[in-house]
Amino acid sequence: MPHALEIRGLQKVYANGFQALKGIDLEVAQGDFFALLGPNGAGKSTTIGVICSLINKTAGTVRVKGVDIDEDFPGAKRHLGVVPQEFNFNVFETVEDILIHQAGYYGIPLKTALERIDTYLTKLGLSEKRKTRARMLSGGMKRRLMIARALIHEPSVLILDEPTAGVDIEMRRSMYEFLREINEAGTTIILTTHYLEEAESLCRNIAIINHGEIVTNTSIKNLLRELHRETFILDAREPLPETIQVPGFEVSRVDEFCLEAQIEQGQDLAELMSRLHESGISIISMRNRENRLEQMFVSLLEQAS
Amino acid sequence: MSPYEQYIALLTLMRKEIRRYTRIWSQTLLPSAITMSLYFLIFGGLIGSRIGEMGGVSYMEFVVPGLIMMAIVTNSYANVVASFFGAKFNNSIEELLVSPTPNHIILLGFVSGGVSRGMLVAVIVTLVASLFVDLNIHSYAVVVAVVALTSVLFSLCGLINAVFANTFDDINIVPTFVLTPLTYLGGVFYSLELLPEFWATVSQANPLVYVVNAFRFGVLGVSDVSVGFAFGMIGAFTVVAYWYAAHLLRTGTRLRT
Repeated sequence: MPHALEIRGLQKVYANGFQALKGIDLEVAQGDFFALLGPNGAGKSTTIGVICSLINKTAGTVRVKGVDIDEDFPGAKRHLGVVPQEFNFNVFETVEDILIHQAGYYGIPLKTALERIDTYLTKLGLSEKRKTRARMLSGGMKRRLMIARALIHEPSVLILDEPTAGVDIEMRRSMYEFLREINEAGTTIILTTHYLEEAESLCRNIAIINHGEIVTNTSIKNLLRELHRETFILDAREPLPETIQVPGFEVSRVDEFCLEAQIEQGQDLAELMSRLHESGISIISMRNRENRLEQMFVSLLEQAS
Repeated sequence: MSPYEQYIALLTLMRKEIRRYTRIWSQTLLPSAITMSLYFLIFGGLIGSRIGEMGGVSYMEFVVPGLIMMAIVTNSYANVVASFFGAKFNNSIEELLVSPTPNHIILLGFVSGGVSRGMLVAVIVTLVASLFVDLNIHSYAVVVAVVALTSVLFSLCGLINAVFANTFDDINIVPTFVLTPLTYLGGVFYSLELLPEFWATVSQANPLVYVVNAFRFGVLGVSDVSVGFAFGMIGAFTVVAYWYAAHLLRTGTRLRT
């Protein structure tokens, strides 16, 4: 079975001489939920731009479901749905017209297009906005409209470039649910995001790109397994003593009711709890101080540079 | 894309383009009717009555074909340049670029918008003209062929302008500084016979001369240039414009980075 996306030696040098991509290789399996992470200017959007033909590549090959974009770009485009970072529709058109036009560009007859519009607007909570001009939509609605537009030709690979930027938490969660649903139904999803917890909770595999190069490409589980040290914040039921000593663990007092514990790889969290209890400290809640993926992300970028 | 899918994509683009200019008809269709009424009134009625005959017909009859053609040229050009640049400006052109729609369908879609607006304006202006003068069409075949070819040619030119335009000012430069002067110097208001030999020869390089004279032949049966040669020139300009517009879309000039 061909990969949903296969990139080999992809390079992009802009007219001003800036090398945005330095020969990246990337494979995304069919049905995967894949995250492409990287700081601003790392090359994420350039990579997506090349895949969906908005940017001309300098060298390399891109295959979408085995179809080489140099040999059959229209064939490759059929498999792709793209949700760009910036709004790119005519704000004076209605939601329905934007979707009808996009369906038409893929050769989908009007009757089929209208049925699909019903389905996706309902799923994305935009049914009531069907006849509304796009400029009247909120930021979150505009983003959902772009998702509906990207799905109107029912692509097998959906690429989302920062889909939840500027979207409130409630809306973001419902969007996550929708993306999980279509992924479970078989659509491969490739996501770029700045919200690292988003990648951690949604995606199975991840590639980190920096300065136009892939720094790592692995499963999220593997990546997090490499994390050697985590910091936990523990909330105590009673006021804490001024100094806290827990043999075998690095623990420090943050304030009267809060302490911080460093857990090395291989250390047992239950043992820490047990020792704190023996010291007369009762813990009522606990949380990870930093997003684990964020720690890993920063550490990998530091290593790369 | 299969031929049927291409047909749907073309219909979609045509529908979109036609709805765009009909929705804002007061900005796209009405101005030509008003402007041409004033031309007919001033140049044809008031001034024309003192000029007498030109090219063997009354001055009013002489200017009508040129003015209709002027409306077709400016409207077909303006429609495509505004629509394509607008799509570039708000990035909605990306909807087309990421789709499998072939470049020739994109070209045909935008051009058909310009052609339909050019033809609709031609009908409106002809109706207005019929209030001022009795029009007896000399050759319907020539009239239809010239209108179709001309609106295709200037729609293509509008698209080329839109591809290179960076700002809304850029889409007005060519109509203001190139198209309008060429139209006025293309024999809309005078016969080339009135020009000194040198300027009459220079005028042969102006594509509007062939457009205006071929159309005038279709309407009145009189022309300053050979109609066959005029068709050949319009056709040649159209082929070159189509080839260049298709080349720009194929290479993604100013559309893809």
